[in-house]
Amino acid sequence: MTVELIKEKYSGPINTVEIGKGALCPSIKIGGQSTFPFLFDEGEMPNPPVVAYEILDCPPEDWSEHIINAYGNVVKDPVKWAKACVEDFGARALCVRLASMHPDYGSRPIDEALVVLRAIASKTGVPLIVLGSGDEERDNDIMPKVSQALKGENCLLGVASQNNYKTLTATCLADGHSIIADSPIDVNIAKQVNILISDMGFDAKRIVMHPTTTSLGYGMEYVYSIMERSRLAAFVGDKMLAMPFIVFVGAETWKTKEAKEFGSVQGINWEVVTSTSLLQAGADLIVMRHPDAARSVRRYIDWIMTK
Amino acid sequence: MIIIGELINGMYKDVSKAISNRETDVIQHLAEEQVRAGANILDISAGPYSSKPVDDMKWLVESIQKVVTVALSIDSTKTDVIEEALKVSVNRVVINSTSADDDKMSVVFRLAKKYNAQVIGVAMDKSGVPNSKDNRLELAAKIIAKAMEFGISPDDLYLDPIAMPVNVAQAQGKEVLETIRELRMLCNPAPNTVIGLSNVSQGTKGNRGLLNRTFLTMAMACGLTSAILDPLDQELMDAMITADLILNKNIYCDSFLDAYRKR
Repeated sequence: MTVELIKEKYSGPINTVEIGKGALCPSIKIGGQSTFPFLFDEGEMPNPPVVAYEILDCPPEDWSEHIINAYGNVVKDPVKWAKACVEDFGARALCVRLASMHPDYGSRPIDEALVVLRAIASKTGVPLIVLGSGDEERDNDIMPKVSQALKGENCLLGVASQNNYKTLTATCLADGHSIIADSPIDVNIAKQVNILISDMGFDAKRIVMHPTTTSLGYGMEYVYSIMERSRLAAFVGDKMLAMPFIVFVGAETWKTKEAKEFGSVQGINWEVVTSTSLLQAGADLIVMRHPDAARSVRRYIDWIMTK
Repeated sequence: MIIIGELINGMYKDVSKAISNRETDVIQHLAEEQVRAGANILDISAGPYSSKPVDDMKWLVESIQKVVTVALSIDSTKTDVIEEALKVSVNRVVINSTSADDDKMSVVFRLAKKYNAQVIGVAMDKSGVPNSKDNRLELAAKIIAKAMEFGISPDDLYLDPIAMPVNVAQAQGKEVLETIRELRMLCNPAPNTVIGLSNVSQGTKGNRGLLNRTFLTMAMACGLTSAILDPLDQELMDAMITADLILNKNIYCDSFLDAYRKR
Protein backbone atom coordinates (compact mmCIF):
# COMPACT_ATOMS: atom_id res chain seq x y z
CA MET A 1 0.00 0.00 0.00
CA THR A 2 1.41 3.39 -0.91
CA VAL A 3 1.43 6.00 1.79
CA GLU A 4 0.19 9.38 0.67
CA LEU A 5 2.00 12.27 2.33
CA ILE A 6 -0.19 15.03 3.72
CA LYS A 7 0.64 18.33 2.07
CA GLU A 8 -0.29 21.63 3.63
CA LYS A 9 -1.32 24.63 1.55
CA TYR A 10 -1.13 28.06 3.15
CA SER A 11 -2.90 31.26 2.19
CA GLY A 12 -0.51 34.03 3.21
CA PRO A 13 3.00 34.28 1.75
CA ILE A 14 5.88 36.04 3.52
CA ASN A 15 6.60 39.56 2.23
CA THR A 16 9.42 40.02 -0.25
CA VAL A 17 11.93 42.67 0.81
CA GLU A 18 14.48 44.00 -1.68
CA ILE A 19 17.74 45.49 -0.43
CA GLY A 20 20.22 47.45 -2.53
CA LYS A 21 19.77 49.61 -5.60
CA GLY A 22 21.22 47.18 -8.11
CA ALA A 23 23.51 49.69 -9.85
CA LEU A 24 26.94 48.06 -9.49
CA CYS A 25 25.86 44.69 -8.10
CA PRO A 26 22.51 42.95 -8.11
CA SER A 27 20.14 43.85 -5.29
CA ILE A 28 19.00 40.99 -3.06
CA LYS A 29 15.47 39.81 -2.47
CA ILE A 30 14.52 37.93 0.67
CA GLY A 31 11.23 36.30 1.72
CA GLY A 32 8.35 35.63 -0.64
CA GLN A 33 7.89 32.01 0.40
CA SER A 34 4.53 30.32 0.92
CA THR A 35 5.82 27.27 2.77
CA PHE A 36 8.06 26.23 5.63
CA PRO A 37 11.71 26.06 4.56
CA PHE A 38 12.58 23.92 1.58
CA LEU A 39 9.24 22.05 1.41
CA PHE A 40 9.01 22.65 -2.31
CA ASP A 41 6.08 20.26 -2.71
CA GLU A 42 3.93 22.40 -0.43
CA GLY A 43 4.60 25.87 -1.76
CA GLU A 44 6.94 28.32 -3.44
CA MET A 45 10.28 29.52 -2.15
CA PRO A 46 11.19 32.01 -4.87
CA ASN A 47 14.15 33.65 -3.15
CA PRO A 48 16.98 31.56 -1.71
CA PRO A 49 18.21 32.66 1.73
CA VAL A 50 21.11 35.11 1.54
CA VAL A 51 24.37 35.18 3.52
CA ALA A 52 25.63 38.66 4.43
CA TYR A 53 29.22 39.09 5.65
CA GLU A 54 29.58 41.08 8.86
CA ILE A 55 32.30 43.70 9.17
CA LEU A 56 32.96 46.57 11.57
CA ASP A 57 33.68 50.25 10.92
CA CYS A 58 36.96 49.83 12.86
CA PRO A 59 39.50 47.07 13.47
CA PRO A 60 37.79 44.38 15.57
CA GLU A 61 39.19 44.39 19.08
CA ASP A 62 37.35 41.45 20.58
CA TRP A 63 36.74 39.13 17.63
CA SER A 64 38.12 35.61 17.67
CA GLU A 65 41.61 35.24 16.24
CA HIS A 66 40.24 32.50 13.99
CA ILE A 67 38.20 35.09 12.06
CA ILE A 68 40.93 37.73 12.05
CA ASN A 69 43.46 35.21 10.71
CA ALA A 70 41.10 34.18 7.91
CA TYR A 71 40.84 37.76 6.65
CA GLY A 72 44.40 38.88 7.43
CA ASN A 73 45.53 42.50 7.52
CA VAL A 74 42.52 43.90 5.66
CA VAL A 75 40.54 44.00 8.91
CA LYS A 76 42.57 47.05 9.90
CA ASP A 77 40.84 49.07 7.17
CA PRO A 78 37.04 48.69 6.93
CA VAL A 79 36.90 49.66 3.25
CA LYS A 80 39.60 47.14 2.27
CA TRP A 81 37.89 44.58 4.48
CA ALA A 82 34.59 45.20 2.68
CA LYS A 83 36.25 44.91 -0.73
CA ALA A 84 37.96 41.66 0.29
CA CYS A 85 34.61 40.21 1.39
CA VAL A 86 33.15 40.94 -2.03
CA GLU A 87 36.11 40.37 -4.33
CA ASP A 88 37.98 37.56 -2.55
CA PHE A 89 35.19 35.78 -0.68
CA GLY A 90 32.21 36.35 -2.99
CA ALA A 91 29.91 38.26 -0.61
CA ARG A 92 26.61 39.37 -2.19
CA ALA A 93 25.67 41.52 0.81
CA LEU A 94 27.52 43.19 3.66
CA CYS A 95 26.48 43.99 7.20
CA VAL A 96 28.39 46.91 8.71
CA ARG A 97 28.20 47.23 12.49
CA LEU A 98 29.14 50.73 13.68
CA ALA A 99 31.03 49.41 16.69
CA SER A 100 33.37 52.41 16.98
CA MET A 101 30.39 54.68 17.66
CA HIS A 102 29.71 52.93 20.98
CA PRO A 103 30.71 54.78 24.14
CA ASP A 104 32.78 51.74 25.15
CA TYR A 105 34.80 52.14 21.94
CA GLY A 106 35.34 55.83 22.63
CA SER A 107 32.33 57.25 20.71
CA ARG A 108 34.24 58.19 17.57
CA PRO A 109 32.73 61.15 15.69
CA ILE A 110 29.96 60.05 13.34
CA ASP A 111 31.54 61.88 10.40
CA GLU A 112 34.36 59.31 10.39
CA ALA A 113 31.89 56.46 10.09
CA LEU A 114 29.97 58.24 7.33
CA VAL A 115 33.17 58.51 5.26
CA VAL A 116 33.73 54.77 5.71
CA LEU A 117 30.13 53.88 4.85
CA ARG A 118 30.07 56.04 1.71
CA ALA A 119 33.35 54.49 0.57
CA ILE A 120 32.07 50.96 1.17
CA ALA A 121 28.88 51.74 -0.73
CA SER A 122 30.65 53.26 -3.71
CA LYS A 123 33.56 50.80 -3.91
CA THR A 124 31.68 47.53 -3.42
CA GLY A 125 28.16 48.36 -4.66
CA VAL A 126 26.68 45.38 -2.79
CA PRO A 127 23.48 45.75 -0.74
CA LEU A 128 24.23 47.06 2.74
CA ILE A 129 22.81 46.27 6.14
CA VAL A 130 23.92 48.87 8.68
CA LEU A 131 23.63 48.35 12.42
CA GLY A 132 24.11 51.00 15.06
CA SER A 133 26.52 50.68 17.94
CA GLY A 134 24.08 48.92 20.24
CA ASP A 135 23.85 51.91 22.60
CA GLU A 136 20.30 53.27 22.19
CA GLU A 137 21.03 56.87 23.03
CA ARG A 138 24.04 57.06 20.75
CA ASP A 139 22.19 55.22 17.95
CA ASN A 140 19.27 57.66 18.05
CA ASP A 141 21.87 60.35 17.47
CA ILE A 142 23.88 58.70 14.69
CA MET A 143 21.39 56.59 12.70
CA PRO A 144 19.52 59.55 11.16
CA LYS A 145 22.88 60.78 9.82
CA VAL A 146 23.74 57.29 8.54
CA SER A 147 20.34 57.07 6.88
CA GLN A 148 20.74 60.43 5.13
CA ALA A 149 24.29 59.62 4.01
CA LEU A 150 23.04 56.41 2.36
CA LYS A 151 19.86 57.90 0.92
CA GLY A 152 19.03 56.19 -2.35
CA GLU A 153 21.06 53.05 -1.55
CA ASN A 154 17.95 51.17 -0.35
CA CYS A 155 19.72 49.76 2.71
CA LEU A 156 18.45 47.73 5.63
CA LEU A 157 19.01 49.65 8.88
CA GLY A 158 18.76 48.38 12.43
CA VAL A 159 17.62 47.96 14.99
CA ALA A 160 14.19 49.19 16.11
CA SER A 161 12.89 47.74 19.37
CA GLN A 162 9.64 48.00 21.32
CA ASN A 163 10.94 50.84 23.47
CA ASN A 164 13.09 52.57 20.88
CA TYR A 165 11.68 52.55 17.37
CA LYS A 166 10.47 56.06 16.54
CA THR A 167 13.72 57.73 15.49
CA LEU A 168 14.90 54.91 13.25
CA THR A 169 11.44 54.40 11.73
CA ALA A 170 11.06 58.08 10.88
CA THR A 171 14.51 58.27 9.35
CA CYS A 172 14.12 55.07 7.29
CA LEU A 173 10.76 56.38 6.09
CA ALA A 174 12.30 59.68 5.02
CA ASP A 175 15.29 58.17 3.22
CA GLY A 176 13.69 55.09 1.67
CA HIS A 177 15.44 52.34 3.64
CA SER A 178 14.04 49.09 5.04
CA ILE A 179 14.14 48.49 8.78
CA ILE A 180 15.03 45.70 11.21
CA ALA A 181 12.41 45.12 13.95
CA ASP A 182 14.03 43.55 16.98
CA SER A 183 12.35 41.35 19.63
CA PRO A 184 13.74 39.24 22.48
CA ILE A 185 12.76 35.66 21.40
CA ASP A 186 9.11 36.60 21.96
CA VAL A 187 6.49 36.31 19.22
CA ASN A 188 4.07 38.65 21.02
CA ILE A 189 6.63 41.43 21.20
CA ALA A 190 7.75 40.74 17.62
CA LYS A 191 4.21 41.38 16.44
CA GLN A 192 3.88 44.46 18.63
CA VAL A 193 7.07 46.05 17.26
CA ASN A 194 5.86 45.46 13.71
CA ILE A 195 2.57 47.19 14.55
CA LEU A 196 4.24 50.12 16.27
CA ILE A 197 6.47 50.66 13.24
CA SER A 198 3.64 50.35 10.72
CA ASP A 199 1.44 52.67 12.83
CA MET A 200 3.96 55.40 12.00
CA GLY A 201 3.04 55.04 8.34
CA PHE A 202 5.97 52.75 7.54
CA ASP A 203 5.16 50.08 4.93
CA ALA A 204 4.94 46.75 6.76
CA LYS A 205 6.34 45.14 3.62
CA ARG A 206 9.68 46.85 4.25
CA ILE A 207 10.18 45.41 7.73
CA VAL A 208 12.62 42.54 8.37
CA MET A 209 12.23 40.80 11.74
CA HIS A 210 15.12 39.96 14.03
CA PRO A 211 13.59 37.37 16.39
CA THR A 212 16.83 37.16 18.42
CA THR A 213 18.46 33.80 18.12
CA THR A 214 21.22 31.91 19.80
CA SER A 215 24.13 29.64 19.09
CA LEU A 216 24.07 25.90 18.78
CA GLY A 217 24.00 24.46 22.29
CA TYR A 218 22.32 27.44 23.93
CA GLY A 219 18.58 26.85 23.48
CA MET A 220 18.24 26.43 19.74
CA GLU A 221 15.00 24.45 20.09
CA TYR A 222 13.32 27.38 21.87
CA VAL A 223 14.39 29.80 19.14
CA TYR A 224 13.16 27.33 16.54
CA SER A 225 9.74 27.06 18.19
CA ILE A 226 9.31 30.86 18.30
CA MET A 227 10.26 31.26 14.65
CA GLU A 228 8.01 28.38 13.63
CA ARG A 229 5.04 29.80 15.58
CA SER A 230 5.53 33.17 13.96
CA ARG A 231 5.72 31.66 10.47
CA LEU A 232 2.66 29.48 10.99
CA ALA A 233 0.61 32.56 11.96
CA ALA A 234 1.89 34.42 8.90
CA PHE A 235 1.04 31.54 6.57
CA VAL A 236 -2.57 31.51 7.77
CA GLY A 237 -2.97 35.22 7.19
CA ASP A 238 -1.41 37.29 10.01
CA LYS A 239 0.09 40.15 8.00
CA MET A 240 1.74 41.60 11.11
CA LEU A 241 4.05 38.57 11.23
CA ALA A 242 4.58 38.09 7.49
CA MET A 243 8.07 39.57 7.49
CA PRO A 244 11.33 37.84 6.50
CA PHE A 245 13.78 36.95 9.29
CA ILE A 246 17.32 38.26 9.71
CA VAL A 247 19.61 36.38 12.10
CA PHE A 248 23.05 37.39 13.38
CA VAL A 249 24.69 34.00 13.55
CA GLY A 250 28.28 35.21 13.57
CA ALA A 251 27.77 37.45 16.58
CA GLU A 252 25.92 34.71 18.49
CA THR A 253 28.29 31.88 17.63
CA TRP A 254 31.60 33.56 18.28
CA LYS A 255 30.57 34.53 21.82
CA THR A 256 30.65 30.87 22.83
CA LYS A 257 33.60 29.02 24.23
CA GLU A 258 32.81 26.08 21.92
CA ALA A 259 33.55 28.28 18.89
CA LYS A 260 36.46 30.23 20.31
CA GLU A 261 38.49 27.79 22.36
CA PHE A 262 38.77 24.53 20.44
CA GLY A 263 40.51 25.50 17.23
CA SER A 264 39.34 27.18 14.08
CA VAL A 265 37.76 24.06 12.53
CA GLN A 266 35.35 23.63 15.43
CA GLY A 267 34.59 27.34 15.43
CA ILE A 268 33.79 27.30 11.73
CA ASN A 269 31.67 24.18 12.13
CA TRP A 270 29.83 25.77 15.05
CA GLU A 271 28.91 28.77 12.91
CA VAL A 272 27.92 26.54 9.96
CA VAL A 273 25.68 24.24 11.98
CA THR A 274 24.05 27.16 13.80
CA SER A 275 23.32 28.74 10.41
CA THR A 276 21.91 25.64 8.76
CA SER A 277 19.73 24.99 11.82
CA LEU A 278 18.32 28.51 11.62
CA LEU A 279 17.75 28.09 7.89
CA GLN A 280 15.47 25.19 8.79
CA ALA A 281 13.70 27.49 11.26
CA GLY A 282 12.98 29.97 8.48
CA ALA A 283 15.91 32.42 8.43
CA ASP A 284 16.01 34.49 5.22
CA LEU A 285 19.08 36.64 5.76
CA ILE A 286 22.03 35.22 7.71
CA VAL A 287 24.75 37.54 8.92
CA MET A 288 27.98 35.60 9.37
CA ARG A 289 31.55 36.34 10.46
CA HIS A 290 33.99 33.62 9.40
CA PRO A 291 34.43 33.65 5.60
CA ASP A 292 34.99 29.87 5.42
CA ALA A 293 31.80 29.24 7.39
CA ALA A 294 29.95 31.68 5.13
CA ARG A 295 31.19 29.87 2.02
CA SER A 296 30.03 26.50 3.39
CA VAL A 297 26.58 27.85 4.19
CA ARG A 298 26.27 29.41 0.73
CA ARG A 299 27.13 26.04 -0.82
CA TYR A 300 24.57 24.37 1.44
CA ILE A 301 21.90 26.87 0.29
CA ASP A 302 22.79 26.27 -3.36
CA TRP A 303 22.56 22.52 -2.83
CA ILE A 304 19.28 22.48 -0.89
CA MET A 305 17.59 24.93 -3.27
CA THR A 306 18.23 22.50 -6.13
CA LYS A 307 14.94 20.65 -5.99
CA MET B 1 -14.66 34.55 12.35
CA ILE B 2 -16.57 35.41 9.17
CA ILE B 3 -18.48 38.67 9.61
CA ILE B 4 -21.64 39.13 7.53
CA GLY B 5 -22.67 42.81 7.57
CA GLU B 6 -26.41 43.24 8.08
CA LEU B 7 -27.00 46.92 7.39
CA ILE B 8 -28.13 46.86 3.74
CA ASN B 9 -31.64 45.76 4.49
CA GLY B 10 -34.91 47.33 3.36
CA MET B 11 -36.23 46.87 6.90
CA TYR B 12 -34.25 50.00 7.78
CA LYS B 13 -36.06 53.19 6.78
CA ASP B 14 -33.06 54.99 5.29
CA VAL B 15 -32.09 51.93 3.23
CA SER B 16 -35.69 51.44 2.07
CA LYS B 17 -35.81 55.09 0.98
CA ALA B 18 -32.45 54.79 -0.80
CA ILE B 19 -33.70 51.72 -2.67
CA SER B 20 -36.96 53.41 -3.72
CA ASN B 21 -35.13 56.56 -4.91
CA ARG B 22 -32.18 54.63 -6.40
CA GLU B 23 -29.71 56.58 -4.23
CA THR B 24 -26.61 54.64 -5.27
CA ASP B 25 -24.20 56.67 -3.13
CA VAL B 26 -26.10 55.88 0.10
CA ILE B 27 -25.97 52.13 -0.54
CA GLN B 28 -22.36 52.18 -1.73
CA HIS B 29 -21.28 54.20 1.30
CA LEU B 30 -22.96 51.69 3.59
CA ALA B 31 -21.20 48.83 1.79
CA GLU B 32 -17.79 50.47 2.00
CA GLU B 33 -18.21 51.39 5.65
CA GLN B 34 -19.11 47.84 6.62
CA VAL B 35 -16.17 46.35 4.72
CA ARG B 36 -13.82 48.90 6.27
CA ALA B 37 -15.13 47.88 9.70
CA GLY B 38 -14.32 44.23 9.02
CA ALA B 39 -17.24 42.66 7.13
CA ASN B 40 -16.17 39.69 4.99
CA ILE B 41 -19.60 39.24 3.39
CA LEU B 42 -22.45 41.75 2.99
CA ASP B 43 -26.04 40.63 3.47
CA ILE B 44 -28.39 42.29 0.96
CA SER B 45 -32.13 42.46 1.41
CA ALA B 46 -34.62 44.66 -0.41
CA GLY B 47 -36.98 44.24 2.51
CA PRO B 48 -40.42 42.67 2.82
CA TYR B 49 -42.29 45.70 1.49
CA SER B 50 -40.48 46.03 -1.82
CA SER B 51 -42.94 46.26 -4.72
CA LYS B 52 -40.30 45.33 -7.32
CA PRO B 53 -38.08 42.87 -5.43
CA VAL B 54 -36.27 41.49 -8.51
CA ASP B 55 -35.38 44.92 -9.87
CA ASP B 56 -34.44 46.20 -6.43
CA MET B 57 -32.15 43.26 -5.71
CA LYS B 58 -30.41 43.46 -9.11
CA TRP B 59 -29.86 47.19 -8.61
CA LEU B 60 -28.47 46.60 -5.10
CA VAL B 61 -26.05 43.88 -6.26
CA GLU B 62 -24.84 45.89 -9.24
CA SER B 63 -24.40 49.07 -7.21
CA ILE B 64 -22.54 47.36 -4.36
CA GLN B 65 -20.13 45.28 -6.42
CA LYS B 66 -18.91 48.44 -8.15
CA VAL B 67 -17.28 49.56 -4.89
CA VAL B 68 -16.45 46.43 -2.87
CA THR B 69 -15.14 42.98 -3.81
CA VAL B 70 -16.50 40.93 -0.88
CA ALA B 71 -19.06 38.16 -1.38
CA LEU B 72 -22.74 39.10 -1.12
CA SER B 73 -25.35 37.22 0.85
CA ILE B 74 -28.60 37.37 -1.10
CA ASP B 75 -31.31 37.59 1.50
CA SER B 76 -34.69 36.76 0.06
CA THR B 77 -37.46 34.21 0.39
CA LYS B 78 -38.28 34.49 -3.32
CA THR B 79 -36.54 32.11 -5.72
CA ASP B 80 -36.77 34.43 -8.73
CA VAL B 81 -35.11 37.24 -6.74
CA ILE B 82 -32.27 34.92 -5.75
CA GLU B 83 -31.73 33.62 -9.29
CA GLU B 84 -31.67 37.09 -10.87
CA ALA B 85 -29.17 38.23 -8.21
CA LEU B 86 -27.01 35.18 -8.90
CA LYS B 87 -27.00 36.02 -12.61
CA VAL B 88 -25.60 39.52 -12.10
CA SER B 89 -23.19 38.75 -9.26
CA VAL B 90 -19.50 38.94 -10.11
CA ASN B 91 -18.25 37.23 -6.93
CA ARG B 92 -19.30 34.03 -5.23
CA VAL B 93 -22.68 34.40 -3.53
CA VAL B 94 -24.17 33.10 -0.30
CA ILE B 95 -27.88 32.33 -0.65
CA ASN B 96 -29.75 33.44 2.48
CA SER B 97 -31.52 31.04 2.98
CA THR B 98 -33.25 27.69 2.89
CA SER B 99 -35.26 26.02 5.62
CA ALA B 100 -35.17 22.25 6.16
CA ASP B 101 -38.30 21.77 4.04
CA ASP B 102 -37.70 19.41 1.10
CA ASP B 103 -39.37 21.54 -1.55
CA LYS B 104 -37.50 24.69 -0.51
CA MET B 105 -34.16 22.89 -0.22
CA SER B 106 -34.50 21.32 -3.67
CA VAL B 107 -35.02 24.70 -5.33
CA VAL B 108 -32.27 26.49 -3.40
CA PHE B 109 -29.65 23.74 -3.70
CA ARG B 110 -30.33 23.41 -7.43
CA LEU B 111 -29.59 27.13 -7.81
CA ALA B 112 -26.55 26.87 -5.54
CA LYS B 113 -25.12 24.04 -7.62
CA LYS B 114 -25.81 25.83 -10.91
CA TYR B 115 -24.16 29.09 -9.79
CA ASN B 116 -21.53 27.61 -7.40
CA ALA B 117 -23.04 29.48 -4.46
CA GLN B 118 -22.85 28.84 -0.74
CA VAL B 119 -26.05 28.45 1.28
CA ILE B 120 -27.31 29.47 4.71
CA GLY B 121 -29.51 26.66 6.02
CA VAL B 122 -31.81 27.56 8.91
CA ALA B 123 -32.71 24.77 11.31
CA MET B 124 -36.48 25.19 11.07
CA ASP B 125 -39.25 23.91 8.86
CA LYS B 126 -42.93 24.50 8.17
CA SER B 127 -43.79 23.49 11.72
CA GLY B 128 -41.72 26.39 13.08
CA VAL B 129 -38.59 26.92 15.15
CA PRO B 130 -37.59 23.85 17.17
CA ASN B 131 -37.49 24.28 20.91
CA SER B 132 -34.67 21.89 21.71
CA LYS B 133 -31.11 21.21 20.73
CA ASP B 134 -31.93 17.73 19.43
CA ASN B 135 -34.68 18.96 17.12
CA ARG B 136 -32.39 21.66 15.78
CA LEU B 137 -29.65 19.12 15.10
CA GLU B 138 -32.11 16.80 13.39
CA LEU B 139 -33.14 19.53 10.96
CA ALA B 140 -29.52 20.58 10.44
CA ALA B 141 -28.59 16.99 9.57
CA LYS B 142 -31.44 16.93 7.08
CA ILE B 143 -30.07 20.07 5.41
CA ILE B 144 -26.57 18.58 5.19
CA ALA B 145 -27.88 15.34 3.70
CA LYS B 146 -29.92 17.18 1.09
CA ALA B 147 -27.00 19.44 0.18
CA MET B 148 -24.78 16.40 -0.34
CA GLU B 149 -27.41 14.89 -2.66
CA PHE B 150 -26.87 17.94 -4.86
CA GLY B 151 -23.09 17.64 -4.63
CA ILE B 152 -22.68 20.62 -2.31
CA SER B 153 -19.89 20.21 0.23
CA PRO B 154 -20.82 20.75 3.90
CA ASP B 155 -18.15 23.46 4.19
CA ASP B 156 -20.17 25.51 1.69
CA LEU B 157 -23.08 25.49 4.15
CA TYR B 158 -23.72 27.96 6.96
CA LEU B 159 -26.07 26.29 9.44
CA ASP B 160 -28.18 28.66 11.52
CA PRO B 161 -29.63 27.22 14.76
CA ILE B 162 -31.86 30.34 15.07
CA ALA B 163 -31.03 32.59 17.97
CA MET B 164 -34.22 33.75 19.68
CA PRO B 165 -34.91 37.05 21.46
CA VAL B 166 -33.96 36.75 25.12
CA ASN B 167 -37.12 38.53 26.25
CA VAL B 168 -39.35 36.09 24.35
CA ALA B 169 -37.63 32.74 24.60
CA GLN B 170 -35.07 32.97 27.36
CA ALA B 171 -34.65 29.23 27.73
CA GLN B 172 -33.64 28.90 24.07
CA GLY B 173 -30.30 30.69 24.49
CA LYS B 174 -28.65 27.71 26.11
CA GLU B 175 -30.18 25.32 23.55
CA VAL B 176 -28.80 27.41 20.70
CA LEU B 177 -25.31 27.53 22.22
CA GLU B 178 -25.24 23.78 22.74
CA THR B 179 -26.50 23.26 19.19
CA ILE B 180 -23.61 25.34 17.82
CA ARG B 181 -21.15 23.16 19.69
CA GLU B 182 -22.58 19.97 18.18
CA LEU B 183 -23.27 21.23 14.66
CA ARG B 184 -19.56 21.24 13.94
CA MET B 185 -19.43 17.54 14.79
CA LEU B 186 -22.16 16.46 12.38
CA CYS B 187 -19.85 15.74 9.47
CA ASN B 188 -16.40 16.09 8.00
CA PRO B 189 -15.62 18.62 6.55
CA ALA B 190 -17.52 20.50 9.24
CA PRO B 191 -20.25 22.90 8.16
CA ASN B 192 -19.96 26.60 9.00
CA THR B 193 -22.28 27.90 11.66
CA VAL B 194 -24.02 31.26 11.63
CA ILE B 195 -26.44 33.25 13.75
CA GLY B 196 -28.47 36.37 13.12
CA LEU B 197 -27.04 38.09 16.18
CA SER B 198 -29.37 41.08 16.47
CA ASN B 199 -32.26 38.66 16.93
CA VAL B 200 -30.97 37.92 20.44
CA SER B 201 -31.87 41.41 21.64
CA GLN B 202 -34.82 42.07 19.34
CA GLY B 203 -37.54 43.96 21.18
CA THR B 204 -35.53 44.50 24.35
CA LYS B 205 -35.28 48.01 25.70
CA GLY B 206 -32.23 47.68 27.91
CA ASN B 207 -28.70 47.48 26.60
CA ARG B 208 -29.01 45.74 23.23
CA GLY B 209 -25.31 46.07 22.50
CA LEU B 210 -24.33 44.31 25.69
CA LEU B 211 -26.75 41.45 25.02
CA ASN B 212 -25.46 41.05 21.47
CA ARG B 213 -21.75 41.04 22.29
CA THR B 214 -22.14 38.77 25.30
CA PHE B 215 -24.05 36.23 23.23
CA LEU B 216 -21.53 36.49 20.40
CA THR B 217 -18.54 35.72 22.60
CA MET B 218 -20.38 32.79 24.24
CA ALA B 219 -21.32 31.44 20.82
CA MET B 220 -17.74 31.81 19.61
CA ALA B 221 -16.57 29.79 22.60
CA CYS B 222 -18.98 27.09 21.41
CA GLY B 223 -17.35 27.12 17.96
CA LEU B 224 -19.46 29.64 15.99
CA THR B 225 -17.69 30.40 12.69
CA SER B 226 -19.73 33.35 11.37
CA ALA B 227 -22.42 35.84 12.35
CA ILE B 228 -24.76 38.28 10.69
CA LEU B 229 -24.28 41.47 12.66
CA ASP B 230 -23.70 45.24 12.63
CA PRO B 231 -19.97 45.64 11.96
CA LEU B 232 -20.21 49.37 12.71
CA ASP B 233 -20.89 48.53 16.38
CA GLN B 234 -17.30 48.99 17.52
CA GLU B 235 -17.78 47.54 20.99
CA LEU B 236 -19.24 44.43 19.40
CA MET B 237 -16.33 44.10 16.99
CA ASP B 238 -13.85 44.68 19.82
CA ALA B 239 -15.49 41.87 21.80
CA MET B 240 -15.34 39.59 18.74
CA ILE B 241 -11.63 40.33 18.20
CA THR B 242 -10.91 39.72 21.89
CA ALA B 243 -12.80 36.42 21.90
CA ASP B 244 -10.86 35.33 18.81
CA LEU B 245 -7.67 36.07 20.71
CA ILE B 246 -8.74 34.21 23.86
CA LEU B 247 -9.58 31.23 21.63
CA ASN B 248 -5.98 31.33 20.33
CA LYS B 249 -7.01 32.13 16.77
CA ASN B 250 -4.54 35.02 16.62
CA ILE B 251 -1.17 35.67 18.23
CA TYR B 252 -1.38 38.11 21.14
CA CYS B 253 0.34 41.47 21.10
CA ASP B 254 -0.37 44.54 23.24
CA SER B 255 -2.11 46.32 20.34
CA PHE B 256 -4.25 43.28 19.50
CA LEU B 257 -7.30 45.26 18.34
CA ASP B 258 -5.16 47.34 16.01
CA ALA B 259 -3.34 44.20 14.84
CA TYR B 260 -6.59 42.45 13.92
CA ARG B 261 -7.79 45.44 11.95
CA LYS B 262 -4.56 45.55 9.96
CA ARG B 263 -5.11 42.00 8.66
